[in-house]
Amino acid sequence: MVIETTPTGVLGLIALMAVVTLVTRFGGVFLMSFVPISPRIESFINTMASSVLIAIIVPMAVAGDLGALAALLATGITMLVLRKPLPAISAGLVAAAGVRYLI
Amino acid sequence: MPLANYPYQFQSRKVRSEFFRLLPISFFVVAFGAAFGLAAVQVGLSPFESLIMSSVVFAGASQFAALDMWAGEVSVLPLMAVVFAINSRHLLMGASLYPMLRDVSPGKRYALLLLLTDANWAVAAQEYQSGRRNLEVIVGGGLVLWLAWIAGTTLGVFFGGLLQNPKALGLDMVLGCFLLAMALGGKKSPRVLVAWLVAGSASLAAWKWLPPNSHVVAGALAGGVVGFFWLDKPARKQANGEGEAHHGD
Repeated sequence: MVIETTPTGVLGLIALMAVVTLVTRFGGVFLMSFVPISPRIESFINTMASSVLIAIIVPMAVAGDLGALAALLATGITMLVLRKPLPAISAGLVAAAGVRYLI
Repeated sequence: MPLANYPYQFQSRKVRSEFFRLLPISFFVVAFGAAFGLAAVQVGLSPFESLIMSSVVFAGASQFAALDMWAGEVSVLPLMAVVFAINSRHLLMGASLYPMLRDVSPGKRYALLLLLTDANWAVAAQEYQSGRRNLEVIVGGGLVLWLAWIAGTTLGVFFGGLLQNPKALGLDMVLGCFLLAMALGGKKSPRVLVAWLVAGSASLAAWKWLPPNSHVVAGALAGGVVGFFWLDKPARKQANGEGEAHHGD
């Protein structure tokens, strides 16, 4: 099925995207309401939660350019030393911008 | 079902303070939104259509991917599949908040999920790991991120030329750095580190060999399996009635 990008068509496509995204925002919580929360399930979702972050970041580091790698390294080190997110993120951005400027 | 009981108390002051707490990161979201707005008008969306998309979809990566598929005609199923795949991480993010969300009435629960996105979720999830329940950040933080995304899109569609190359400033790395900071700021135990190792390897393998955009879900589920078989001790402590009080700050 194909939708032409006429003004109405575009609004239709945007509506479809919104619905699909809404399903992802609601779906996990909706399904969980049928699952009894045992300590084991709770441990699963807690570990899964922090794994989401790692699963996003690792391919970003591997696929990214040297700037991306420098950004993640700088953020990681700053965060481990200072334990404050804002300086860590700033260090990451400065590192990315710096590396990309030099290369 | 017995009388429904939803003990979670929302503090409006905390919602406001979480709004301001995520304000700094929102400035970066504005820059990203501007990049999206510029890209959107370049593929032929009108400013109005771009703004509608940012307002109702509110999921940057999937919006950029949709622009890649934009032409005179758009195939519906591939578009929906890509949007679903990229945003499927929301399924897991929402599920991970369920132990808190079940204490909120269904109406409020789904209303606040409208504002669920990576940054505010990462804060809520990290604090939950340290024993603090913070759904206010989903509301307050989500609101400021949503407004920033719309403001950025507005800037991009009207003054796109101002920010031709956000990559040169490192702006494409904001979210990655933010998420990494959240991960490292959370609880680190041998169990978590093993889960990260498994999650990272699974994500990388899925990214290499499975269909595009499946790596986040694959990695996260693999990490979750570690937690399923390796339980943390505090769960047992709580069962003995010695749950630690974490409400200090």
